[in-house]
Amino acid sequence: MTTSTEPYVLNIGPQHPSTHGVFRLRVVMDGEKIKDLDMIVGYLHRSMEKLAEERTFTQNIPFTDRADYLAAMTGNLGLAIAVERLAGVEVPDRAEYLRVIFSELQRIASHAMANGTLISDAGAWQTPLLYMFREREKILDLFEMTCGARLTTNYMRIGGVAFDPPPEFWPALQELVDELPDRIDEYHELLVSNEVFLARTRGVGIISAEDAVNASLTGPALRGSGVPWDLRKTDPYSVYDRMDFDVVVGKSGDVYDRFMVRMSELYQSVKIIKQAMSQIPSGAHKTDIPLALRPDVGEIYSRIESPRGEIGFFLVSDGGPSPYRFHLRAPSLINLSLLNELGRDAALSDAIVTLGSLDIVVGEIDR
Amino acid sequence: MALGKLMRTSKQLSGVTVGDSVSKSLPDIVTAVTDEWIEVAPDRIIEILQWLLDSDEFDAVQLSNLTAVDRHTHIEVVYHLQSLDLNHQLVVKTRTNGMDPAVVQSAYQVYKGALLQEREVYDLMGVRFEGHPDLRRLFLWDGFPGHPLRKDFLGMPGRINSGLEGFPFEDKDKPIRPINQENVEAGVAYVVTGETDEISAETESSEDRG
Repeated sequence: MTTSTEPYVLNIGPQHPSTHGVFRLRVVMDGEKIKDLDMIVGYLHRSMEKLAEERTFTQNIPFTDRADYLAAMTGNLGLAIAVERLAGVEVPDRAEYLRVIFSELQRIASHAMANGTLISDAGAWQTPLLYMFREREKILDLFEMTCGARLTTNYMRIGGVAFDPPPEFWPALQELVDELPDRIDEYHELLVSNEVFLARTRGVGIISAEDAVNASLTGPALRGSGVPWDLRKTDPYSVYDRMDFDVVVGKSGDVYDRFMVRMSELYQSVKIIKQAMSQIPSGAHKTDIPLALRPDVGEIYSRIESPRGEIGFFLVSDGGPSPYRFHLRAPSLINLSLLNELGRDAALSDAIVTLGSLDIVVGEIDR
Repeated sequence: MALGKLMRTSKQLSGVTVGDSVSKSLPDIVTAVTDEWIEVAPDRIIEILQWLLDSDEFDAVQLSNLTAVDRHTHIEVVYHLQSLDLNHQLVVKTRTNGMDPAVVQSAYQVYKGALLQEREVYDLMGVRFEGHPDLRRLFLWDGFPGHPLRKDFLGMPGRINSGLEGFPFEDKDKPIRPINQENVEAGVAYVVTGETDEISAETESSEDRG
């Protein structure tokens, strides 16, 4: 290919609004086209996996807040379930329903954030993002009401949840789930008919189903390519097997499909929350476990569906109170496996939108 | 192993079943089986992964998770594979011959999903993946000494290996003086050398200015 311009290196990040955190891209440009792309991560590396080896299983729960800080509830839940499976801890029914309610609220909050920032990347600066923030705020208020924290919730415990929600939680939740479908319709009207948004997202960043599976993509990034894989359905944990909901898939695997998968999952989450609210039994919200839980010698890989994909915990126990090895399978990192292929020969502005559609959280990438 | 049944999640295939089927087509590739996993030699990883990917019985289309565990004498690399159509998981393990160098075949030519996961394992655990197209550190900077997830990286209390006494990049001849209240008040935050004369002079001068 003949070039009329000299290739040059452009540095994006680590502090840049469209990299969603301290994520750095080093791109070789030829005019507006990307010739090569390299991601540089590690600015937020806190060596969680090493630190976890010196802390008890319960003490490790706050780390999962700080890994995927936009979906702390599902991070908490992933570790709690992994340790319960490793140590054979029973969970009361009420706690299971509370876990489902809070995970789905978290999924709505996280998807709202993901879609809001994606629109921001596509050029609709700030206003649509704040529409998305409106409902996220109400969800964070519910979290604050229950456990005192909005982002780093530290709510799930091994054997249940930390607190039963206060009485004023339930009417507030009811009000939220009643108004949410209308609000999501409003986003649809605002965005999906917008000519500019469609031009920026349709046919951009296409991932084929074969590539998505082979490159270990999970979550909306995989479902956007038309693969109906959702661990809530295919490997049900907690009480998801008692819930009636649909797995949403895209068709063409472009940015628009990934956006629409997240958008449609908001309705499904509302549906799940409504069912959980009507089915939730009374009773204990937690079983008592020893302060220093000592699982038997062994190892487990346990995974759940976080808003970003399969969040897995690989725990090796040597019979002591802390894990011998603690590994967090980070969907944000692994979903970037195809970034180089997607970015090459794309326009820079398309690569930014593609990165936005993969919905990364740098805390989880770097750990 | 009695614990095996407890540790296996519901979708995970038994290593014994997988081992039996593999041995029919690829004799002597599996070196050990338990109820949870199969183990193969580090230089036959591509062969076994490609076979599991192609086989109709296992259809392991996705490398779900790749990680490593330090076992003191060797490093164990763990592959969690899954089939989306058949909805099951299986676990393949391999062990390196010794710690330095710890070498395993790269899975990248079978699974693109290994690209970043192998870079992470190389960075933190020091396993060299042969055939990886771009084996660089992922989180830490080039020139960082050692691989921090290894058990002997730093002396951690209560662990079998006592490890090193301090961070390897610290210069032992230049002790870091602890920050004391005096220095903070005088506006001297960090003092890196042990030359006390110079420090006291600086402290006095800043007090004079104050």
